[in-house]
Amino acid sequence: MSTADLPAPGPAPGAAPGPVPAERAEAVLPGVKPRPVWSYLRFFRSELRLIFLRRRNLLLLAVTAAFPLLIGIALRLAAPRPGNGGNGPGVAFFNSLAGNGVFLTFIALSSLLILVLPIVVSVVAGDSVAGEAGYGTLRYLLAVPAGRTRLLSVKLLAIAAWGLCATFVVSAVALVVGAILFPVGPVTLLSGVTVPLAEGLLRLLFVTLYVAAAMAALGAVGLAISTLTEHAIGAIAAVMVLVVASEVVDQVPQLAAIGPYLPTHWWLSFDSVLRAPVDTYGLLHGLLSFGVYLVLAGSFAWARFTSADVTS
Amino acid sequence: MTAISTGGLTKRFRGGQLAVDHIDLDVPHGCVYGFLGPNGSGKTTTIRMLLGLAFPTSGRATLLDVPMPGGASQVLHRVGSLVEGPAFYPYLNGEDNLARMDAADRTADPRTAGRRIGAALDRVGLLPAAKKRYRNYSLGMKQRLAIAAGLLRPRELIILDEPTNGLDPQGTREVRTLIRQIAADGTTVFVSSHLLAEVEQICSHVGVMRTGRLVFQGPLAELRRSAAARVTVRTADPEAAAKVLAALGLADALAGSHEASAVLGDAEPEPVCAELVRAGIGVRGFTVDAPSLEDLFVGLTGEGFDVDG
Ligand SMILES: Nc1ncnc2c1ncn2[C@@H]1O[C@H](COP(=O)(O)OP(=O)(O)OP(=O)(O)O)[C@@H](O)[C@H]1O
Ligand SMILES: [Mg+2]
Repeated sequence: MSTADLPAPGPAPGAAPGPVPAERAEAVLPGVKPRPVWSYLRFFRSELRLIFLRRRNLLLLAVTAAFPLLIGIALRLAAPRPGNGGNGPGVAFFNSLAGNGVFLTFIALSSLLILVLPIVVSVVAGDSVAGEAGYGTLRYLLAVPAGRTRLLSVKLLAIAAWGLCATFVVSAVALVVGAILFPVGPVTLLSGVTVPLAEGLLRLLFVTLYVAAAMAALGAVGLAISTLTEHAIGAIAAVMVLVVASEVVDQVPQLAAIGPYLPTHWWLSFDSVLRAPVDTYGLLHGLLSFGVYLVLAGSFAWARFTSADVTS
Repeated sequence: MTAISTGGLTKRFRGGQLAVDHIDLDVPHGCVYGFLGPNGSGKTTTIRMLLGLAFPTSGRATLLDVPMPGGASQVLHRVGSLVEGPAFYPYLNGEDNLARMDAADRTADPRTAGRRIGAALDRVGLLPAAKKRYRNYSLGMKQRLAIAAGLLRPRELIILDEPTNGLDPQGTREVRTLIRQIAADGTTVFVSSHLLAEVEQICSHVGVMRTGRLVFQGPLAELRRSAAARVTVRTADPEAAAKVLAALGLADALAGSHEASAVLGDAEPEPVCAELVRAGIGVRGFTVDAPSLEDLFVGLTGEGFDVDG
C-alpha cells in the first residue's frame, strides 16, 4: 500500500517529491520562532488565570481575608491588659497587640497557619493534577503538547504563587485592620527591645515570606499527592489529613524524636524573628525542612508524572 | 513518508489485560483512515499510545516519521487530536477553553491566538456559543469544541477518536463534511469508529480491530474486493448440489438443510446453474449474493460484544 493507490483525497501522487516537510511544513505551520521563555510565561499566566479566576478559589481567598478582620475586632473588644502573664508566642503576641497594631499580623498568621492557610493551599495543590485528570483536560494538555515536565513545573510554580498570595492577603489585611483598631508606632519585640516601625515592618515581611515558603513546601507535597489520583477531592482531603496528622503527632511528647522531621514542625518558628537578637536556629532549620520537602515531593511528583499512563 | 506507523505495538495493562496485541499500523500520508472495531477492541488504547499518553508495553510507533513517545515535543503540535470524547474546564467558556489549550502550546504564536481561536470556533459553527460556559454546552457542542481544539493550528495529521459519538444523524453528517474538508486541505485524517457505515463514505483506507488485534488493513477498495459473491441453490437434495458445486471448482461448498452454497469466485453464474440442472438437481431457487461491506465487517469483528478479562 502506498500513496499511489489513494483515491480522491490527499495530494496527487508524485506531486510532492521526496520527504515533504521542509517546504510544506513551513507553509502549513506558519513559522513561529520557538521562544521557550515567553511561551513558558504564557503557559504560567494561563495557569494563574485558571487558579485566580476560579470562583471557588476566590471565595476561599475572601474567607481567608475575613479572618484577620474578625480576629482584630474580637481582640479589640476583649483587649487583654498588657502584662497579663502567661507564656508562649500566642500569649506574648496578644499582650503586645494592645501596644501595637502590627502584632495583629503575627497573631493572624500564627492562628491561620494551624488550619486555614493549609486548607487554602491544599485545595489548589490537591486539585492541580488530579483535577485536570478528572476533567480529562490532562490528556488534551499533554497532546497539545504541553510537555509533562513543563506542565508539572508550571503547576508547582503556580501553587507556590497561590500560597504566597494567600499569605500576603492575610498579612496585608491584618496590617490594615491592626492599624485601624490599635495604636501603631515603634515595635516592642517579644524580647523587650524596641525597634523603629520600619524595621518592624521589615521583620513582618520576612515572616510573611517564611510562611509562604512553608506553604510552597506543603504545595509541593499536595502536587505529589495530586499525581496519584484523578479524584481532586480525594487528593485535597489527603493533604489536609496529612497536615492535621503531622500537627497531632508533633504534640505527642513520646514522639518528640520524629518531631523535627514532620512537615508542620517548623511552621511557627518564625516567632524568633520577633526577638532580638534573632535566634536563627529554628528559622534555618525551618527553611531547610521546607527545601527538603520541596525537593523530595517535587522529585516524587516528577518521577510519577513522567512515567505514568494517562488513562483518564 | 507515512503519517502513522507502528510495529508490534502492544499494551498490556496492569492486571494482565492485553488491550492491544502486536499491531502494525501503516497509515499513508494524505489518506483518510478509518480505524474500526467494536467496543473494547483497543482503538482508544492504541490512540493513547500514538499520542504518548500511555506507554507501550512493547513495540514501536511513529507519528509523521517521528518516534513516539520520545518525540512528543517535536511532533505533537503538528497533530490535532480528539481522544475518548471531549474534555474541557466546565467553568470556562468555549473561547477561554481554547485559549487555555493554545497557551499550553510552546510553538503557538500568541499574537495570532485570538484570530485562530475565532477561526476554529467558526469552522465548527460554535462562534455564537463562544462565550457560553462549557458546562452548559450540549453533547454535540462539546464534541465540536473538541474538534475545534484540533483545528487551532494547521495540522498535518488529525486523530479523531469516535468524533460522532453521541451525535444525532445531522451532527454526524456535519462531522463527516468537516472531515472531508480537512482531508481536502491535504491533512491526513485518522478516525476511529465502531460503525463501518459511519466512515465508509469518507475513508480511503481502513484498519479493523478485534480484541486488540488488527484483523484487516488496507485500502477500502481492497476490502470491497474481498467481498466475494456466493451462489446459493435451493433444492431438495443439498448434498448432491454441494457435490456438483465442488466439482465445478467452487470453493467452500456447503450443504444446508434446504440449500447448498459456495463461493462463486471468478466463475459465471449461468454455466453453474446449467451444470446443476444437467446433473439432475431439482433447482428450486438460484441466487448470487455479494455480502455488504457491513456483513464483511461483522465477519471480521465478530458479532456482539467482545469483552474479555
Ligand atoms: N486503564 C486501563 N486499565 C485496564 N484495562 C483497560 C484500561 N483502559 C482500557 N482497558 C481495557 O482495554 C481494552 C481496550 O479498551 P479501549 O478503550 O482501547 O477500547 P475501544 O476500542 O476504544 O472501545 P470503545 O469503542 O468502547 O471506545 C478494554 O477491554 C478495556 O477494558
Ligand atoms: Mg474508545
